[in-house]
Amino acid sequence: MRKTSTLERIRLLGRAGIDAVATLGRSTVFLLRALFGRSSAGNPLQLLIKQLYSVGVMSLAIIVVSGIFIGMVLSLQGFNILSDYGSEQAVGQMVALTLLRELGPVVTALLFAGRAGSALTAEIGNMKSTEQLSSLEMIGVDPLKYIVAPRLWAGFISMPLLAVIFSVVGIWGGAMVAIDWLGVYEGSFWANMQNSVSFREDVLNGVIKSIVFGFVVTWIAVFQGYDCEPTSEGISRATTKTVVYASLAVLGLDFILTALMFGDF
Amino acid sequence: MSAEQQYAVELKNLSFQRGDRDIFKDIDIRIPRGKVTGIMGPSGCGKTTLLRLIGAQLRPSKGDVWVNGQNLPGLSRSELFDMRKQMGVLFQSGALFTDLDVFENVAFPLRVHTQLPDEMIRDIVLMKLQAVGLRGAYELMPDELSGGMKRRVALARAIALDPQILMYDEPFVGQDPIAMGVLVRLIRLLSDALGITSIVVSHDLAETASIADYIYLVGDTKVLGQGTPDELMNSDDPRVRQFMKGIPDGPVPFHFPAADYRDDLLGGR
Repeated sequence: MRKTSTLERIRLLGRAGIDAVATLGRSTVFLLRALFGRSSAGNPLQLLIKQLYSVGVMSLAIIVVSGIFIGMVLSLQGFNILSDYGSEQAVGQMVALTLLRELGPVVTALLFAGRAGSALTAEIGNMKSTEQLSSLEMIGVDPLKYIVAPRLWAGFISMPLLAVIFSVVGIWGGAMVAIDWLGVYEGSFWANMQNSVSFREDVLNGVIKSIVFGFVVTWIAVFQGYDCEPTSEGISRATTKTVVYASLAVLGLDFILTALMFGDF
Repeated sequence: MSAEQQYAVELKNLSFQRGDRDIFKDIDIRIPRGKVTGIMGPSGCGKTTLLRLIGAQLRPSKGDVWVNGQNLPGLSRSELFDMRKQMGVLFQSGALFTDLDVFENVAFPLRVHTQLPDEMIRDIVLMKLQAVGLRGAYELMPDELSGGMKRRVALARAIALDPQILMYDEPFVGQDPIAMGVLVRLIRLLSDALGITSIVVSHDLAETASIADYIYLVGDTKVLGQGTPDELMNSDDPRVRQFMKGIPDGPVPFHFPAADYRDDLLGGR
């Protein structure tokens, strides 16, 4: 058994720091090359549409189902609390603001990381381990443009749309519970919501958040796949990293964005 | 005849390191044009790395890689991708695109690099598949093919653009005797019929020796020996002899470097 001395541990810590900075640099070059490099082969629009389907459309089911349930739960919890103060009419406002500002972008990004992000990492990692990426390179096709770029753009485009869909079905689920089940007056439910939700402050800020999250989650997912060790263990580790890093990045960035958007500095 | 005309690939004074470890140190290899050249050596000596250096998928730490008169380390990324159209590689796993059927796999290089009409692409693909004996399998998906068939389809794909240089990465590994015989025959046939410069990286002695015109034996970061298969078989160099005759212990030791056996067993008591 090898023993690690204190000095060796300090050295390993330094090495981990250098590795982290090197990875950040590599991933930035990777992103810039994929987005702005010379287009080498294939019809970009056709490749993008194919990826929009597998990244976006295939994630719809989980987003819609989660959105409805989260909206319903919000409405139920909100009603219970607000009715103590006799303000159950404000439940619509509460559901809408919570979804548009926070839960819509954040939960969609977390689900997106789990559903589409992990699939992207595993797919690209598997292509690497079966030498398909090398094979493309040797055919004279840049895998960054042919494989990575369409997936990146598909993620950037899909995520904000999915977040909007999440918020819409969430509000609809909330309305169903509040109006049809709990008996909140329909007029005040929608009127309160309309009066309190501002397009720029709430809707637009939520969309901006989801654009940022989509960018970060997709970037992490494709980079982890491209950079993984080409073995089954390496792919499994990369997939886990995608979900963990993407989730942490989304939650961290959410705080920063919320502070910038609503912090009144 | 100038060196450029005589040799398709020249590695000059080339060194390559992985971390602190030397994989190659100041090696010189010249691959004659239109011939089958074998690159042999024990597992893990860097044969596949050598192919990746020739394909410019890796950059050497030092030295030049001349392919068809161009020094690859000096080329830009886009020039490299253009350059690679002159090369074909048969990867160890075949590396077929799993979402495309056999026909589309072979048609892929034609579709991305040429403006040929569909009818002409169809004819070329069927001709390439006929050359490897798999015209009848054009509708199959890669997961419906055996290992040997996958490599043959990959070979058809590698010759789709009629490359000048074709590299084979361990083509005989894991093949049954029939598939191996087919591949050996195909490599020689393609080289003779199309005048392709073939580079076969392998540690399968008998098969490589049977088709190669010239062999480089690499190991221990150097070129250990070179010559025709007969010359290498009759070499007096102990390292070459050990590899060519398959002797288990010699200059390449059987045991991985370790502390004294007796001390290791009794040291803990």
